[in-house]
Amino acid sequence: MSSHEIPEENLPAAQAADDHEHRSVAVADEKHPFADPGLPPHEHRIQDIDERAARRSERTVALLFTVSMLATIGFIASFVAIGVDENVYVWPFGHTNALNMALGLTLGLALFCIGAGAVHWARTLMSDVEIADERHAIEAAPEVKAKVMADFKQGAGESQIGRRKLIRNTMLGALAMVPLSGIVLLRDLGPLPEEKLRHTLWSKGKLLVNMNTNEPLKASDVAVGSLTFAMPEGLEEHDEDFQKEIAKAALMIVRIQPDNIKDKQELEWSHEGIVAYSKICTHVGCPISLYEQQTHHVLCPCHQSTFDLSDGGRVIFGPAGHALPQLRITVNDEGYLEALGDFAEPVGPAFWERG
Amino acid sequence: MKKLSARRRHPLAAVVVLLLALAATGGLYAAFAPADKAQADETAQSLTIEEGKKLYSVGCASCHGTGGQGTTDGPSLVGVGAAAVDFQVATGRMPAQQPGAQVPKKKNIYSQAEIDQLAAYIASLGAGPEVPTKSQYDPAGADIAEGGELFRTNCAQCHNFTGKGGALSKGKYAPGLEDVDPKHIYEAMQTGPQNMPSFPDTVMSEENKKDIIAYLNAVNSDDTVNPGGLDLGGLGPVSEGLFGWIFGLGAMIAVAVWVAARTAKAKKS
Amino acid sequence: MSTTSASSHGESRSRGKAPAGERLADWADGRLGIYSLAKANLRKIFPDHWSFMLGEVALYSFIIIILTGVYLTLFFHPSMNEVEYHGSYVPLQGQLMSEAFASTLDISFDVRGGLLIRQIHHWAALVFLAAMFVHMMRVFFTGAFRKPREVNWLFGFLLFVLGMFTGFTGYSLPDDLLSGTGVRFMEGAILSVPIVGTYLSFFLFGGEFPGGDFVARFYSVHILLLPGIMLGLVVAHLILVFYHKHTQFAGPGRTNKNVVGMPLMPVYMAKAGGFFFLVFGVISAIAALVQINPIWAMGPYRPDQVSTGAQPDWYMGFSEGLIRAMPGWEINFAGHTLVLGVFIPLVIFPLVLVAIAAYPFIEAWVTGDKREHHIADRPRNAPTRTAVGVAWITWYVVMLIGGGNDLFATHFHLSINAVTWFVRIAFFVAPVIAFIVTKRICLGLQRRDKDKVLHGRETGIIKRLPHGEFIEVHEPLSQEQLYSLTAHEQHAPAELGPTVDENGVERKIKRKDKLRAKLSKGYFGEDGQIAKPTVEEYKEITSGHGHH
Repeated sequence: MSSHEIPEENLPAAQAADDHEHRSVAVADEKHPFADPGLPPHEHRIQDIDERAARRSERTVALLFTVSMLATIGFIASFVAIGVDENVYVWPFGHTNALNMALGLTLGLALFCIGAGAVHWARTLMSDVEIADERHAIEAAPEVKAKVMADFKQGAGESQIGRRKLIRNTMLGALAMVPLSGIVLLRDLGPLPEEKLRHTLWSKGKLLVNMNTNEPLKASDVAVGSLTFAMPEGLEEHDEDFQKEIAKAALMIVRIQPDNIKDKQELEWSHEGIVAYSKICTHVGCPISLYEQQTHHVLCPCHQSTFDLSDGGRVIFGPAGHALPQLRITVNDEGYLEALGDFAEPVGPAFWERG
Repeated sequence: MKKLSARRRHPLAAVVVLLLALAATGGLYAAFAPADKAQADETAQSLTIEEGKKLYSVGCASCHGTGGQGTTDGPSLVGVGAAAVDFQVATGRMPAQQPGAQVPKKKNIYSQAEIDQLAAYIASLGAGPEVPTKSQYDPAGADIAEGGELFRTNCAQCHNFTGKGGALSKGKYAPGLEDVDPKHIYEAMQTGPQNMPSFPDTVMSEENKKDIIAYLNAVNSDDTVNPGGLDLGGLGPVSEGLFGWIFGLGAMIAVAVWVAARTAKAKKS
Repeated sequence: MSTTSASSHGESRSRGKAPAGERLADWADGRLGIYSLAKANLRKIFPDHWSFMLGEVALYSFIIIILTGVYLTLFFHPSMNEVEYHGSYVPLQGQLMSEAFASTLDISFDVRGGLLIRQIHHWAALVFLAAMFVHMMRVFFTGAFRKPREVNWLFGFLLFVLGMFTGFTGYSLPDDLLSGTGVRFMEGAILSVPIVGTYLSFFLFGGEFPGGDFVARFYSVHILLLPGIMLGLVVAHLILVFYHKHTQFAGPGRTNKNVVGMPLMPVYMAKAGGFFFLVFGVISAIAALVQINPIWAMGPYRPDQVSTGAQPDWYMGFSEGLIRAMPGWEINFAGHTLVLGVFIPLVIFPLVLVAIAAYPFIEAWVTGDKREHHIADRPRNAPTRTAVGVAWITWYVVMLIGGGNDLFATHFHLSINAVTWFVRIAFFVAPVIAFIVTKRICLGLQRRDKDKVLHGRETGIIKRLPHGEFIEVHEPLSQEQLYSLTAHEQHAPAELGPTVDENGVERKIKRKDKLRAKLSKGYFGEDGQIAKPTVEEYKEITSGHGHH
């Protein structure tokens, strides 16, 4: 700190320091216009002077502890008596699990009554005379500090660490290097990214499989204004890497009147207005699919990035940084929709190597 | 586009569309109606359509145009089908009261018979999804768990895990699904009202829809069990956090005030 | 109590031998030195004030979390192996899910009392963080972070931050659709880190998201690493509280050199011990009646599914707000991408927390105060500090609102875009407004205190004077009240000193010192405080006319 520039005594705290440290209790002065009257005299509670009131408190506390015991018995009884799948209707909670409610309420009551009993006991029967405890400075006295410094110097001197630089430097080097082993060990936490984020299961000729019916989608099945989700043929829910693959390959299929498609490439990559877009948001990867069929906007439910599916999947609102990738599709001889290749760019959230 | 909309506004356009639609409907009926009952049905049907048209011209024509061709205030109803009419009118959304980001659900002012007449009239303008029958939307025997998975894939992104509703862009919203008639849920999936996309039978089978309805019935109805107690609106951590602060911490502070308070003194009383 | 009954019992039994309790204590003293320890602490004084018990709420909920957490580990399987569910919750039967999710379902539906313990655990976690937050704010607004308590302030702050991450790793464990979405967000945020982001993500998840490792890894972090560190910090925090002795509010007989209150044995043993049971009881009752984190309603995690209203628990909410309000900036250069839209919020997130943690040191620098402080300030008597605190809370709350912008939109019939824009603007503007308004209010309250000291308390009794004037009768304050209202210190702002030294040479004043003098003026200048009434003022008014 450069407090030498502002004189120490000019600092606000210093101005009050004397006063603060040495002020005695009962005198008023300029800084404290009203003298501290000191701790008010203790006043008795009803329980302190009336034994009957004290008895009442005792009984209340004992009652609370007794209720707690009963509640614990109630807990055990509920556990034994109520089936795990029994439901009850309780207004205003609706249909709910009877066991959960019974166990929770009895446990809550048992605990609460112990607490309430203890606090009531403390408040009404234990002494409520306020006591003042002196505080002591945290900082050590100068002689203590001097002793510690001397001890430290002696110890450091005896170790000769200041003199024998070779030992000191090699020790520091060794200590600095040894954690590297731990860091190296973390290497096998996972494989390297390589090109994995750039590719999906889609490839030329793969059929688009309707996720509702698990059947390949026909172009004629897709109506204007409809929304369908598709995955590549060959991917099964039971596959070991299903989660990983669907996280990249999930598609959303909509059909827009070709006249309404503003983007030229989008129209080219569509089949008669049937467009296939990645279902994975380009922001942070939520499955985006809140499709508004009149505006052709699709909204992400996580962070509200909004894309225009009639304009190349362009971002029109929200935190996403680039357009939704479109999959180029066509129909095969039997009228089924199929991919013309993989996505032209990585799907999902952007990353450093994306470019 | 311009030419088309100019033609659409031509005074005769409504008539042309109507004639085409009628012809189409008539043709369809001729094709599909059972032969022996066809005659009687057709008369009853045309009577219904006639009634529906009257209702339409009173309640709907100001926005949707005299022949359902649509105006700047309301979209064309040609081809939306009877299911759309049944959904929109029976849930009170139509007729709309005022323009806004979204037309809200409100009290329905038509009887079911009137709605059927309106639906028949609109269906006569162009083929579209029909009003589902009870066997189509009755969730009895459907697979609830499968419905849950379908719901999470197709619906939860807008309507929340258990159909409590959620926000869409610019003031629009996906409504909560509590107390919605299964029939209307079915119709909504089929027709895609307002900004909701449709989930036609071609991509989401009748079976799928039943499963979804059964799931909603299990997790978002008056009989739904919330084993943990009060569900706080089923909105997740935001309402839990609010409750934790207001009632959880509030109760703690109330107790702390009692613990720390001075006990009443004898003299003062 | 137990010792007295034991001793009276013992006395009647045998004469020569000490009672059993005493003999046990002697045994322990010979090995642990408990008498010396108890000498200083058995009758340790604690002041009574409800706000001094907020930290206790945090401590007790922490203990409750540990107790219930240990129980939960007995049933929870931290594994991401896919299993088909066949438990008793019908709407998920036959579904594929991770073992972690399935075992959480079993705890909730098939283990008797499991749901209750899960709900106590989660509710206690929310209360724990909330109690730490208000405890921290109490310490802040009363200036109880000043010397000698700065280190304990940092311990407390660390506990709050570690608590946030313990909470995050904890609610991610069940591997449900909501928490999984949160983990996905975390992965996206890690990916945004320049240069090393993808590597960090692959190492954390054992490969591509979601992989099969993160639940087990989060588990050891959640139940071992973080709580272990926290437990150590809690112990250190408590030792320091004992060592420093508690602060107290100014009042008759309460000075900077003493602490006035009730002794640990018996009053605070009963009160604090009882309070633990009260806190536990209240949380149990809440867990009995109010559902939390119904993972069965959310379903198992799948990276291609999501629900609207995807939010984290409240203590992570401000980071959610940051990320929601941030515009989508992304810079591409030389084959690389700088994901500012995610990375900037990721950097601001710790800064928000550090801002409040660093404040005590900034204040100490500005005031140059090196004395010990044991008298808690009334917030109004430190207007600048109070205003800074309220501005920070406002900032925090704005971000919380941002984190729930979709629910604000639906429940108040607003546009989500409008709410987001409000948050974007309020992020910068609201703290400033809050600062100004709070400072004004504090000064107003100081003026009212001064008025009360000089003119007495307004009684509400209206008197008509003989000449027809109506006046309100003011009742003079007692000496205790007069003292309490004027006990706070007031400082003059720091002066830069003469700009020319004794030789007439111009001194160069460092920019840092200029800033310091300026800040000091903000604290203690004319706009920073209302001068306390002086003895003269008081005498003049009270000796003169009776009323006014």
